[in-house]
Amino acid sequence: MTTVMLSVPTDAAKAAVRTVVSTATPPPVAPTGDHHSLAIALFAVVVLVTLGVTLWVGRQGNAAEDFFAGGRDFTPLQNGFALSGDYLSAASFLGVAGLIALYGYDGVLYSIGFLVAWLVVLMLVAELVRNAGRYTLADVLALRLRRRKVRAAAGGASVVVTLLYLVAQMVGAGSLVALLLGTGSPHARTWTIIAVGALMIVYVTIGGMRATTWIQIIKAFLLTGGSVLLTVLLVVRFHGDLGELMRQAAQHSGAGHRYLEPGLKYGGSITSRLDFVSLGLGLVLGTAGLPHILSRFYTVPTARAARRSTMWAIGLVGSFYLMAIVLGLGATALIGSAEVRHANSAGNTAVPLLALTLGGGNGSTGGVVLFALISAIAFATILAVVAGLTLASSAAFAHDIWAGAWRARPVREQAKGGRGRRRRGETVPASRSGEESTSEVSEQQEVVVARIAAAGIGATAIVISLFAQHLNVAFLVGLAFAVAASSNLPVLLFSLFWSRFTARGAVWAVYGGLIPAIVLVFFSPVVSGSAEALFPGLDFHWFPLENPGIVSIPLGFLAGWIGTVTSSEPADPDRFAELEVRALTGAGAA
Amino acid sequence: MGSVAVGAPVHGAAVEPFAQPAPADPEDPAAPGDPLAEEPVADRTEVYRAVQASAAFKQIRRSYRTFVFPITGAFLAWYLLFVAAQAGAPDLMRRTVAGPLNVAWLLGLLQFATTFLLTWLYARNSRTKRDRAALGLRWDTQDQLR
Repeated sequence: MTTVMLSVPTDAAKAAVRTVVSTATPPPVAPTGDHHSLAIALFAVVVLVTLGVTLWVGRQGNAAEDFFAGGRDFTPLQNGFALSGDYLSAASFLGVAGLIALYGYDGVLYSIGFLVAWLVVLMLVAELVRNAGRYTLADVLALRLRRRKVRAAAGGASVVVTLLYLVAQMVGAGSLVALLLGTGSPHARTWTIIAVGALMIVYVTIGGMRATTWIQIIKAFLLTGGSVLLTVLLVVRFHGDLGELMRQAAQHSGAGHRYLEPGLKYGGSITSRLDFVSLGLGLVLGTAGLPHILSRFYTVPTARAARRSTMWAIGLVGSFYLMAIVLGLGATALIGSAEVRHANSAGNTAVPLLALTLGGGNGSTGGVVLFALISAIAFATILAVVAGLTLASSAAFAHDIWAGAWRARPVREQAKGGRGRRRRGETVPASRSGEESTSEVSEQQEVVVARIAAAGIGATAIVISLFAQHLNVAFLVGLAFAVAASSNLPVLLFSLFWSRFTARGAVWAVYGGLIPAIVLVFFSPVVSGSAEALFPGLDFHWFPLENPGIVSIPLGFLAGWIGTVTSSEPADPDRFAELEVRALTGAGAA
Repeated sequence: MGSVAVGAPVHGAAVEPFAQPAPADPEDPAAPGDPLAEEPVADRTEVYRAVQASAAFKQIRRSYRTFVFPITGAFLAWYLLFVAAQAGAPDLMRRTVAGPLNVAWLLGLLQFATTFLLTWLYARNSRTKRDRAALGLRWDTQDQLR
């Protein structure tokens, strides 16, 4: 029976589907131990393969270009896979499908922002950033605003964004791996966090961008393959009738038709609806400011290749979310929302449990194999995403904060000499060749510093995650997107498109978005004053929303504008000419 | 393209940040030692200014902006309207369209469709309207800088 998707089925077809579904295995509430040993074996395979790749490609080059940009010789297809690998975290793979399993339409609504965001990346950011920068987001700003404090601000914001995201991922990894391995013991969580942290440090310090990119590609390939496999099995089970899938899901959701309507999760009150608008704004505008996504565009040779890799990423991310919708509905239809919630209150095990059911149920070989496979893919997803974040964070630290802001600080005697020679009636504030004589040394030093920073940032993330492992840190992902949208995006867009933008405007835009976002979240219900808060016992909240974006994003843009119009020195038209020409034509691109 | 990347280290290095000697800002005095200060920096600036003022460049920029700015405004508005509709018009969103599909699902799936469509339109617009001119201008500019 090859019914067209979502078409109205005949009665006979409906009856056939019901028979199939009613004979399905009873939902596995507490998976038995036997399939966890296979999962552990596959986890070990994932670790061995990724370490092997790291060691193998880590030897292919040691220059800054290799470490920060993977040698710039990846193809658009490879980088498209790597982009989607960097973007689709375990929170997407397991979390979005779980949200859909529990809340139906509201989970779908959540996933859409993550996809639409890529249009901002594609049209406004990818090609221009590729043309104008070398390794990081701050490179683009530095091309026209040659001030150390601009670089320090942008680099600092990048470190903050990646660290917030990293801690969220690692704490999630701890509970997720414990869940997939079927142990609730606190030791398993602790050691998972330490092991994941240690692995990501090894990937980044040894392999740099090249190894990280290959790990993303492998992970994205596994993720797509696993999703396609489950989706095909599920759709075959429903004889291609997605309408029946939706009906069955609604029926087993415990919410009836409300499952397919908005409001199950985000519709409780005006505040929660406004909160969702705020979250959506952060998701759509934040992606284009995520440092680990932006640095991916430097791994391809040209702006055109950056565009094509973004198109691949949009195709992969979009198809993935479409499959996640089907899988989420399938988990509810075959297992039921109550059982999904019983296994994990956030729905994170919906997809693994669905795999167990589709494979033939608990105890069957097929079920065990599929469950282990999906668990291993989730594990690979965690490893790849934390590696990408650690790399972006260490690049921002070494290239922007250390080399760009700290090392480039004025040394008195040199400053005098330099100024004396340049002063010959020269009005152009030209110092662009200052580092050329030492650039090779300092680029090598940058790589060394970046490797040390990766270890330091990784260790910091491990320590924070260990302290935070019993706290509810789910809000950190939303906060990372909100900070990226409030500080990184305004400063990037103003730099690229506004001729009058000044250094002062840039600094104001970064801090004017970063500080409100973090302060508002600190005084929001996710930190105190509610049962699910970070500190459930305290209450010092006064900001009603959980997501700061709706306030902090406009503030970031506003601060950049005010900082610019109140600047005492005007923008330098020469610098803007250089940025504009280079960004749009690719002249002189690295 | 490999040769381009290799051939451009001088321009690439220019991305490096430098504290510029700006009298308006005492915090940032002159840059560190500048042994290559004899290089005709003014020429580079003039090249970029001249290219920026050229008709070819203006055409590229106009073509890019007249496509990208309205489209970005449109898809952001379309997404925000879609999100706001959940909060503002819940009854409309619940209305059944066909079978289990209601307006909310239909609009959600349309978001996917428009994202794919706009991706394709943007790529086609870049390929047919700008890529060739931008590449030509890139070589021209780099020749002048050499």
